Amino acid sequence: MFSISERTAGDITILDLSGKITIGEGSVQLREKVRQLLNDGKKKILLNLGDVSYVDSSGIGELVSSYTTTRNQGGQLKLLNLTKKIQDLLSITKLLTVFETFDNERAALDSYT
Amino acid sequence: MNSVENTIELSIGSSFEFIELVSSVTNTILNISGFDEDTSQWIELSVRESVINAIKHGNKEDPGKQVEVKFKISDDALTILVIDQGSGFNPTQLPDPLDPSNLLNPNGRGIFYMRTFMDEVEYTNGNQGGTVVRMTKFRQPKS
Repeated sequence: MFSISERTAGDITILDLSGKITIGEGSVQLREKVRQLLNDGKKKILLNLGDVSYVDSSGIGELVSSYTTTRNQGGQLKLLNLTKKIQDLLSITKLLTVFETFDNERAALDSYT
Repeated sequence: MNSVENTIELSIGSSFEFIELVSSVTNTILNISGFDEDTSQWIELSVRESVINAIKHGNKEDPGKQVEVKFKISDDALTILVIDQGSGFNPTQLPDPLDPSNLLNPNGRGIFYMRTFMDEVEYTNGNQGGTVVRMTKFRQPKS
């Protein structure tokens, strides 16, 4: 089961993701949520992945897609609290060179320009 | 000494709703196969990626086509075959997900993960068309 809860810190939207981000589950919901935020003009997005229990290549692809969609609209999307598995999957495909990642929420929030 | 090989087979329709079923079977097999937790999670992911490819790219999500998954457990290794009923596949034509021009592509990482986490990944054409993916993870050599 996948769920997203939303909170804000100033003009930054934090999405607390929970559950599985996989094909057929999670990926679509994440995509729709990010697009909704962008449509609402909320372009500073922080994805908190600390409670993500499972991710497959579709889930990784959705993180990438969310990043590029946000960036293409002049926004910033960053990652917080990567699980070891997500870290490994991003690292193997050199995506840690793409994303800004944090293990401290305050530091993540302070990094937005 | 003869080694005994156990084979577990399942056949699913080409729908993503069956992915979790395959994962459940995979995890149960891994629990009795003696691989450590880290290795098991990567084997499970590899099976998942292969089955997704079979459903999505092989069978084009055609409900009339099946995906077969066969697990062969031996003293030496765990081998998984994933067989679709599609029109075949040329793995040499895949884009490199590590190429800078592909880095931000939302797709194209599944096979790369499989090749990273499994010791062997082979693609052959099925007897009746389609693709047979054969993945093997060897047990650690005994000291």
